[in-house]
Amino acid sequence: MHINVKVFATLRRYLPEERAKGAFDLEVPDGASLEDVVRLLGLPAGEVKVTFVNGRTEALSYRLREDDEVGIFPPLAGG
Amino acid sequence: MAKILRVDMGAESAAFEEVPDKYRFARGRWLTSSLVVDEVQPTCHPLGPSNKLIFSPGIVTGTTAPTSARISVGGKSPLTGGIKESNAGTKFATMQARLGIAGIVIQGQPKNGSQYVLHIDKDGARLLPEDGLRGLGTYATTDALIGKYGNVGVCCIGPAGEMRMAMAGICFNDLENRASRYSGRGGLGAVMGSKGLKAIVVNSRGAPAVPIANKDLFEMGRKKLTSALRSHDITKPKGGLNTYGTAVLVNMLNEAGGLPTRNFSRGRFEKAADIAGEAIFEGNKARLGKELYNHACSPGCIIQCSNTWHSEDGSEAVSCIEYETVWAFGPDCEIGDLDVIGRLTWLCNDIGIDTIEAGGTVAVAMEGGVIPFGDGQGAIGLLEEVRKGTPLGHIIGAGAAVTGKVFGVVRVPVVKGQSMPAYDPRVVKGIGVTYATSTMGADHTAGYTIAPEILGVSGKVDSFDVKKAELSRNFQTTTAFIDSIGHCLFIAFAILDFPEGFEGMIEECNGVLGTNWMAEDVGRIGAEILARERDFNKGAGFTSADDRLPEFMKYEPLPPHNEVWNVSDEELDAVHGGLASR
Repeated sequence: MHINVKVFATLRRYLPEERAKGAFDLEVPDGASLEDVVRLLGLPAGEVKVTFVNGRTEALSYRLREDDEVGIFPPLAGG
Repeated sequence: MAKILRVDMGAESAAFEEVPDKYRFARGRWLTSSLVVDEVQPTCHPLGPSNKLIFSPGIVTGTTAPTSARISVGGKSPLTGGIKESNAGTKFATMQARLGIAGIVIQGQPKNGSQYVLHIDKDGARLLPEDGLRGLGTYATTDALIGKYGNVGVCCIGPAGEMRMAMAGICFNDLENRASRYSGRGGLGAVMGSKGLKAIVVNSRGAPAVPIANKDLFEMGRKKLTSALRSHDITKPKGGLNTYGTAVLVNMLNEAGGLPTRNFSRGRFEKAADIAGEAIFEGNKARLGKELYNHACSPGCIIQCSNTWHSEDGSEAVSCIEYETVWAFGPDCEIGDLDVIGRLTWLCNDIGIDTIEAGGTVAVAMEGGVIPFGDGQGAIGLLEEVRKGTPLGHIIGAGAAVTGKVFGVVRVPVVKGQSMPAYDPRVVKGIGVTYATSTMGADHTAGYTIAPEILGVSGKVDSFDVKKAELSRNFQTTTAFIDSIGHCLFIAFAILDFPEGFEGMIEECNGVLGTNWMAEDVGRIGAEILARERDFNKGAGFTSADDRLPEFMKYEPLPPHNEVWNVSDEELDAVHGGLASR
């Protein structure tokens, strides 16, 4: 199934340039989880801290659906 | 023995006195708020003779404790009409601490519009008339004082403070002596201006080290906290903050649909990626030909989160562009250009105004039709009006609430007259509870529930859940304590996840003071500070009706999630209702 993915901040260094600079489409098996996507993209699981699906934070065990929009962040903070 | 320096602007005197025994442990916000409560009538005019302005470094400031060069400034706020504390990271803090000055109290007013500079060094304090800095921006003022006195600690006001505008802040110098570290929120720069004080110069050359009661205990605590900061992914070298600074949150809040856009009418900005921390990092890389990591704002900081934005020709445009600033002038005003945002940041620094209030006010002015949304040059023009002190400039300089009133705007995102920072309460309900109930007005650092609600720090809670009274209260009390010890609030990210770091923070304090505080004392002391502040606000006329968010947030859904503000009044009143009375 098709999903749309954005990867942010220090996690971008693990991706090829086209995927590092913005949103990209990804084909994943039906019922794939966020954890599966992290593995598919070659991101170190220990560096993934917050994952959004359609604007809501979800655990890595979350099972994705067609056209879900995913955002993957490392540990970040601000003020 | 620590001293208080009491400066009377009317009598032109500066004299030292002993710190009262009841405040022998109180520093930072604990001391500034205590002295404001003791010495300032809550009903006084904030720009009149009865208000006082108090500067106090924290408990461990000036020692080798990591990331501890913070100074609190307190008084009655001309913006909110309530008590105010706002703090900055700066060498001024460590220098005042090493001179053994627990608090500088500025009181009274000069009789005839004179301006002064206060000079403090190991030989004493002198309040000297100074007319040569009148009207100068903070960059020129700081340059002049550094040029004349060397590598000293400087704080000053810009023209906005001299004109007593309610969004005026107090500007401290950073490690490179830039005029860029702000006690920004709440208009304390206007209080300083109302007292005719243009600048303070602090020189600790020849001063002894800060006294430490139990050096072994302090050292043990220092090591634990340092280790926590160096190992946590957010605070460690080349970690999140050191690489991207706070502006890295733009993309995260945008993803969450909680990035207030177009004056809090939407939760996402289509140009978010163009102005986020990643874009700053990449932009610098393209313009400098190399990767630039962030720097320390003050002595002893090992987190080093301050960025520097560069112009196309590779020269430094401004330092630094924080998340709050890039949001206030970016998404909130719908400006998607980092060079414009950088220019607006520089102007705020120089004119001497709080970037959050300035951006929020420009957005309200846009809503009111003064200039269009997205008009970067128009925004620059409005800040120039502020600098010149034109009638429009005075309106803008008075903040978002006043500007909204003047232009008939309903969508005015303020609490207790202070502009909301960069998180929409309709999506992040806990920060909304903090905005509503903090003694400071709409203030994010006062109780930064964003940590568990969005960042996954100190646990993970659902940002949309409305039961947030206890969470906000715990963050508010812990923060009041951290605001008193001189550590940057960013140690919270490490100490909330690493218990050893939390222990280390307490051991540092016990080491310096000779106290026996335990974990429970953090909340107890924080709660005492808040209770005292709330008493002051009550005396100033505040009631629970002021612990509410603006009405429009209850009926305007925020796209994309289309949530409204639906936290009950009972939940809001439970925040402080849950604190044991003093």
